[in-house]
Amino acid sequence: MNFVKPTIEYSQLWPLLVIFAVACIGVLVEAFVPRALRFRVQTVLAAAGLLVALAGTIWVATDLDVLGDGVARGSVDVEGTIVIDGPTVFFWGILLVFALGGVLLFAERQLEGGVSAFAGQAAALPGTEAEREASTRGLEHTEVYPLLMFAVGGMLLFPAANDLLTLFVALEVLSLPLYLLCGLARRRRLLSQEAALKYFMLGAFSSGFFIYGVALTYGFAGSMGFSEINEAVRNDVGNQTLLLLGLGMVSVGLLFKVGAAPFHSWTPDVYQGAPTPVTAFMAAGTKIAAFGAILRLYYVAFGSDRWSWQPMLWVIAILTMVVGAVLAVVQTDMKRMLAYSSVAHTGFLLTGVLGVQQASELSDGQVTSLQAVLFYLTTYGFAMIGAFAVVTLVRDSGGEATTFARWQGLGRRSPLIAGLFAFFLLSMAGIPLTAGFVGKWAVFTVALSAGAWPVVIAAILCSIIAVFFYVRVIVLMFFLDGDSSGGEVATVTKPSVLTSATILVGVAATLVLGIVPGPVLDLAANAGQFVR
Amino acid sequence: MNITAYIVLSGILFTIGCVGVLTRRNAIVVFMCVELMLNASNLALVAFSRQHGNLDGQVAAFFVMVVAAAEVVVGLAIIMTIFRTRRSASVDDASLLKY
Repeated sequence: MNFVKPTIEYSQLWPLLVIFAVACIGVLVEAFVPRALRFRVQTVLAAAGLLVALAGTIWVATDLDVLGDGVARGSVDVEGTIVIDGPTVFFWGILLVFALGGVLLFAERQLEGGVSAFAGQAAALPGTEAEREASTRGLEHTEVYPLLMFAVGGMLLFPAANDLLTLFVALEVLSLPLYLLCGLARRRRLLSQEAALKYFMLGAFSSGFFIYGVALTYGFAGSMGFSEINEAVRNDVGNQTLLLLGLGMVSVGLLFKVGAAPFHSWTPDVYQGAPTPVTAFMAAGTKIAAFGAILRLYYVAFGSDRWSWQPMLWVIAILTMVVGAVLAVVQTDMKRMLAYSSVAHTGFLLTGVLGVQQASELSDGQVTSLQAVLFYLTTYGFAMIGAFAVVTLVRDSGGEATTFARWQGLGRRSPLIAGLFAFFLLSMAGIPLTAGFVGKWAVFTVALSAGAWPVVIAAILCSIIAVFFYVRVIVLMFFLDGDSSGGEVATVTKPSVLTSATILVGVAATLVLGIVPGPVLDLAANAGQFVR
Repeated sequence: MNITAYIVLSGILFTIGCVGVLTRRNAIVVFMCVELMLNASNLALVAFSRQHGNLDGQVAAFFVMVVAAAEVVVGLAIIMTIFRTRRSASVDDASLLKY
């Protein structure tokens, strides 16, 4: 038997490899660098790695090969397992920006009085002498940075994967570090550990469905590659039952990752229990990466089988929006409310996925559904990271105060921070002059031009419900008196420059994308279409 | 070669695993049931690989094994922490976060 050496296009892939290399170096740093230096070395290493990868992504993006008719740019690399094309580099760009925000939030030490938001020693039991000793010695886990980098690596690979096996490996590489990060909170450790357990158990369960779906799809098509699957679907070879079951089960795995109903139940628990910097990073990163994978899988591999998955996505999109918006109304915890709002956003994004895929079917100047979703994900990520960064600042004697009662009257005590938070909420609600409005407009119009008007009507109704619960928080902060509730109220702790920078970038991006969305929309339009 | 028998067996194994995850209380047993689901997919992958006469499925089975091993590392660490904190590995006891 002849073995042919595989060709690996390092010139295209190196931003991805930089991230994995930095993660591995980070593990070595843990082993060899003295404890006192680790924090500084790890943060600088992680931030530098992300910046280099971001520069590399821009470099790769500027000289993608133009293919055939000019709508798609890029190439299929590494023997057909990875595609570096316009959408891939767009996903890489926004993922790396949000990962950078994640690193800044991870490195924040001023809020906890000189230590990070992560457990001093995760192995020490809560409430024991060992834990107190770890905290008096000022220990902290700097392993979180390599874990973060592995997760970022998996996220970058996820939307670029062009066969089912790579997709599965990327799914696990992004999930496993996140399971661990969720369990590492410094305060409220029982909640944090419980969040990790729930996320892990349900995540492993859903990836069991995913891989069985992969096996069935492979049984149908005789190959793992997306283009071969597409070929098999179009020529209608093989057993249709295998295809339908496989498609359904793979969808379960992916819809779990984006938190779509009825697979959303982990979202509120994990978002609430995880350390807030992790929640911020995860809310933005996982959703972006998983939507990248969903778009490529449905459009490229199952593109010829639209009529099988589209009705399913109609139902799931409507259900997700309704569940997210209605359950967010009854929440009394800020992180949980934001989690349900992120479920509702998943529904709006799925509305965008249902839109028109081919630019040729649209009039000039209209965006395709891929471009609308790319833009929406950008606006969503900035607002989410910013909002969770604000949540880390609002504290009382027990650490972060996340219940609504503590937030009462915050607008009178700290008008600036409360105002910024209100601005993020307005953007998530989709009020004009914020980025969220343009994003919603984009996904609703593409869904309308594809004839999905029932979904769009449901989306508009859910947006109205969503405005209600966002505005309720704003009323709570600005128009209710904090002292009347009797209990302790939360105040804003002054953060270091790291968190401030994250919040400011989030606000600036949300404002700019709301007033002049043109450049980023053009960038998304330039991303073109998936290379098949 | 007729692979129907293998696919049916893998379907049965997958269902047993799935039902186990939904009904068992002990986190370790739930986790074992997830592993059973992964192994059911391995069987299906290898059987389909035989049917199609290419090696993709068999290679995938190796990857699934590696991923399962990585999942064990992470999963047992998380279950251990919970067990030491609560003196219980029951998934029903972890119920602070709800509604």
